[in-house]
Amino acid sequence: MSIEVIKAGMADSVQDTGRFGYQHLGINPSGVMDQNAMKIANALVGNPLNEAIVEMSFPAAALRFNSPAVICISGADFTPKLNGRNIPVNQPVVVTSGSELKFTKMMHGAWCYLAVQGGYELTEWLGSDSTSTKAKAGGMEGRFLKKGDIISFSKQIKEAVTKVFPWRADVSEFYEPAPMKMQPVRCIQGNEFDWLTKGSQKDFLKHNFIVSRQSDRMGYRLEGTESKQSKKQELLSTAVSFGTIQLLPNGELIALMADHQTTGGYPRIAHVITADRSRLAQCRPAEKISFSFVDIKEAEALLLKQEQSLSQLQQACKFKLREHEL
Amino acid sequence: MKAVSIYPVSESALTICLGNELNAVVNDRVFRLYNHLRKQVNPFWKDLIPAYCTLTVVYDIKEMRKHSQSAFKWVSKQLKEAIDQCDDAGILPSRQLSIPVCYESEFGFDLKSLSKAKKLSIDQVIKLHTAQTYRVFMLGFLPGFPYMGIVNDKIATPRLSSPRKLVPAGSVGIAGNQTGIYPLDSPGGWNIIGRTPLQIFNPRVSVLTDTSLLQPGDEVKFYSITKEEFHSFDQENFNPLSA
Repeated sequence: MSIEVIKAGMADSVQDTGRFGYQHLGINPSGVMDQNAMKIANALVGNPLNEAIVEMSFPAAALRFNSPAVICISGADFTPKLNGRNIPVNQPVVVTSGSELKFTKMMHGAWCYLAVQGGYELTEWLGSDSTSTKAKAGGMEGRFLKKGDIISFSKQIKEAVTKVFPWRADVSEFYEPAPMKMQPVRCIQGNEFDWLTKGSQKDFLKHNFIVSRQSDRMGYRLEGTESKQSKKQELLSTAVSFGTIQLLPNGELIALMADHQTTGGYPRIAHVITADRSRLAQCRPAEKISFSFVDIKEAEALLLKQEQSLSQLQQACKFKLREHEL
Repeated sequence: MKAVSIYPVSESALTICLGNELNAVVNDRVFRLYNHLRKQVNPFWKDLIPAYCTLTVVYDIKEMRKHSQSAFKWVSKQLKEAIDQCDDAGILPSRQLSIPVCYESEFGFDLKSLSKAKKLSIDQVIKLHTAQTYRVFMLGFLPGFPYMGIVNDKIATPRLSSPRKLVPAGSVGIAGNQTGIYPLDSPGGWNIIGRTPLQIFNPRVSVLTDTSLLQPGDEVKFYSITKEEFHSFDQENFNPLSA
């Protein structure tokens, strides 16, 4: 049972929720850019929410199924076509052996996820299936997917006809309806926020920023108003996290993403809350975003609420799948 | 311990700041606390990230909220207690390592400009770099990248104004009073003065502690080798602990 990459995408890789416990060695967690989308896709096919998944950006890979499977595509909508016919996102689909999956047009979002019922068979590195392109380890030989790659999965299903199941995840709780992304991305204040001049502190909350084209799995550069540091102070390198917004010496801000380094020496202005990381991750270059602050207590509550919704979705999907004897 | 502050770096990670300077006393405190916490069995602490003056704890907030309405407050309290308990935890274990470096210009891209800027001969720069014992203050930036110091002021140099697109694995560099070794090919802005033939990071070994050659707290001394020694270097039969 496997999927074959018949055409490589730009930066597609196998990821899970990340490799934790090794940051003291400088080994960063990696993991998916959008955890909510990953969990939604997994829930819809009846997998554990943290099961490893294929993550794709646009242009995405073209894939062939060498065996029948139950799949779900979530996150960004790149107009998936199965054997030339449109299939929906956030809805489970049965695919037959020999089927080809292509992504034809970018509708919204930056990262798209493909889950397979039963999960992929991968070789773990340090307890995780996440690809670390820096360490060249994990996932598929520690690199982005290339043409000819065979990704095995474990669940065998009987040969069947292509079928779209009638249930669909409501993702409006996790994302604004595309393409409106007007709600600010919520942050907690960074320890060096007051290193900004009073004016730049205000600007951070008042102005829109644009996600730069020089953005990738390591970080999203944010263009907009120049942020100024009130005095020349040096920060000794210290830990950063997914979502940390750092001030670069040229006045630009950068939001650190899944492949961020473990430590950094630039002032940390803010940290995007985990509950809003998915929304930030799905912003494409040239899209506008703005920021607001919440306190740590609210950030915790928002994350817990989101996790609760995801586990409710998982339960509902399990029930549906049982009804269909899958 | 004085001047302790605790602040969040996400809603599932907080940092304990024990000082603001690059010195071994503060860094010792960081590692005493780090080792103390490592010994406590707490599966919900997902990561402990020691740095120069800070220790960051990454935790599972769902588990922490079982104890308190605020995960941040609860973890802060736990850590304050840990700080009190480990104050006299004694001396850190530290290993002495010798690392061979070839300072030829084909490896040390910035050696010439550094010697010029510092009004020293190339030999003097090499002498100053190999004279000191450096402490590994932390690992970060790249897997296994050691931040070491403290580099003699006479050869301390700021980072390049524009980073190189590719610094080869093994490159030894200087940034301010820090010296480091690139474990992997990577972009980088440190002044490169030589290269070690030693593999610094290996993701494919079976014993985790061996993935990264250097560990925080280690004491490192560099010694100069020739180009011939660099090329005939026998990694298998080299022990940096006894060299």
